[in-house]
Amino acid sequence: MTHNIYLYILVAAAVSCLIRVIPLTLIRKKIKNPFIRSFLYYVPYVTLAVMTFPAILDAPQIPAAGILALIVGIIAAWKGVNMIGIAALCCVAAFLGTGHF
Amino acid sequence: MTGENFGMNRQKNAFISGIRDGIPIALGYFAVAFSLGIVAKKAGLDPVQGFISSMLNHASAGEYAEFTVIMANAPYVEMAFVILITNIRYLLMSCALSQRFDPDTPGIHRFLVGFGITDEIFGISIGRPGVVNPCYNYGAMAIALPGWSFGTAIGIVAGNILPASIVSALSVALYGMFIAIIIPASKKNRIVGGVVAVSFLVSFAVSKISLFDRMSDSMKISLLTVVIAGAAALLFPVKEEDGEDSMDTDEKSSDYMAFEKEEL
Repeated sequence: MTHNIYLYILVAAAVSCLIRVIPLTLIRKKIKNPFIRSFLYYVPYVTLAVMTFPAILDAPQIPAAGILALIVGIIAAWKGVNMIGIAALCCVAAFLGTGHF
Repeated sequence: MTGENFGMNRQKNAFISGIRDGIPIALGYFAVAFSLGIVAKKAGLDPVQGFISSMLNHASAGEYAEFTVIMANAPYVEMAFVILITNIRYLLMSCALSQRFDPDTPGIHRFLVGFGITDEIFGISIGRPGVVNPCYNYGAMAIALPGWSFGTAIGIVAGNILPASIVSALSVALYGMFIAIIIPASKKNRIVGGVVAVSFLVSFAVSKISLFDRMSDSMKISLLTVVIAGAAALLFPVKEEDGEDSMDTDEKSSDYMAFEKEEL
């Protein structure tokens, strides 16, 4: 049997939406449990860290460009450069690191 | 921080900040979505379908999985399951965001902010001090989601217009934004710094261990997040004074200062 592409999109969208919306609409209070509070405190940093590395190595054409972008990004962030600046510096580093001078 | 304290000006400033911070996200999204569009085309989607899918689902790994399900002509139930697994991290992000909301925030704002969660929009809104201002998220969504959706649609139409070197360079912009959130937090709090370093190492190790090869990237991200954040919570519970309570007070004041600066 063939399926309808719009129905596929609708199913995917509905599931995505429920996953994103349910916790935010149901959890109305500050969570008191110290473990859950601590867990949720660490979640964003861990998620972003595991998404960044090693994926940044595979994003550009060669891994070396990714390493360069990562190092440049970390130094820039440490020095207090703002988000747009860091993103731009990473792109430039990846571009140069790929060998496009 | 409800009702009249939220002036129109403050809402407008938050919306504009959201647009401003959303610009690099939109640019990065455009490049990534462009290549996603090529996958969508293979699955038989036309540009309108690609656009709708990206407006509604807006998830890189999730949509990639979505298109593979369409390509396989698999049952709708499988679509639901695959999306649940590939996007499960948004459940965690939504939980984390719920703790940064003013408890009096009306349901419609919770729904809309929740709908707009992506890795990057979550990242920038959690990176902001104090309680989440929905208008900031709306600003970021207003520019980032069209960037993502047009990127997908144009990718379907045009295939490889941009030179590979440009796409390659633009693709790290997203990671630059992640770095912009985790590094300043690591600098401020040594435990967060240690947790970030461990996350890097374990994530790298898992990518090299063939046992995990069959697991999707999104599944790996979810699993690692639960394990590492859980271990960190057990080993280094956040005390009230260095947890969200003190964060609320000193970050609200810095939020206020940032707001003052924006007005000047």
